[in-house]
Amino acid sequence: MPMTVRSLFFATYRDLAGADELLVELPATATVEDLVRELRAARSGLAALPPAPAVAVNLEYAPLSTRLSDGDEVAFIPPVAGG
Amino acid sequence: MAASPFRVTRDPIDAAALLRETVAPSDGAALLFWGVVRNEHGGRAVSHLEYEAYASMAEAKLREIAGEARERWGTGEIAVVHRVGRLEVGEASVAIVVASPHRAEAYEASRYVIEQLKRRVPVWKREGYVDGGAEWVPGFTPAVEEGVR
Repeated sequence: MPMTVRSLFFATYRDLAGADELLVELPATATVEDLVRELRAARSGLAALPPAPAVAVNLEYAPLSTRLSDGDEVAFIPPVAGG
Repeated sequence: MAASPFRVTRDPIDAAALLRETVAPSDGAALLFWGVVRNEHGGRAVSHLEYEAYASMAEAKLREIAGEARERWGTGEIAVVHRVGRLEVGEASVAIVVASPHRAEAYEASRYVIEQLKRRVPVWKREGYVDGGAEWVPGFTPAVEEGVR
C-alpha cells in the first residue's frame, strides 16, 4: 500500500519548492533518499534541491537511509543561521 | 502554568522576566546572553532581519542542547528564547539565561548553548539592507549523525 508523507520546506528550500509543504505519495518501503529523488524529479524548482540535503523526520535529524512511515513529517533543513 | 523555558516567539523578549523565571534559591549566579541585531554585515549596512524557524523542532533542539549543558557543567536551570519575524537593529533575536550555583560553570554552559544553537537549531534569517534588497544569510549545515540516538 502506498503511504503519504508531509514534506516541509523552509527558507531557501521554500523558495525552490514554491510552497511551505507538499503531501507526497510513496511506495510503502520508501526511504528519505527516495523522497528526495521523487521531489527533485516532480517539481521543476526542486531540481535545484541538493541530492543529500539535511532532513529531519518527526523533529529529529535523520540520515538519507531512514525508512519512512505513513504520516511522517519530513522537513528539509537548509543550512541553519540562528542566533 | 509557567511558560516553557525553551521557546520560539514573535514577541519581544523580556530579559528581566526570563531571569526571574530561571533563577532558583540554590543559584549564586545567572548569566544572560543577549544576541542583538547589528547594523552591518560584511561591510553592508543592515536595516533589519527577518527570522523564521521550524518552531516545534527548534524548541525540541533547544531543550536537548540545554540538557547537554546542564549535564556537562552541573548548572541550574537554563532558558532559551528565540525571536522570529521582523527585527530592527538593536532588538534582541535570542536570549539565553544560565542559572548556576557558581559562576564559572555558567560562563562555559552559556557559550556551549549559543555555539550549538548556531550549528543545529532550525532557524534562518534574511538580511534587509539599507540600500535595498534582502538576502538569506548563509549558515551551518547541521551534522545529521549528531541527532541520531
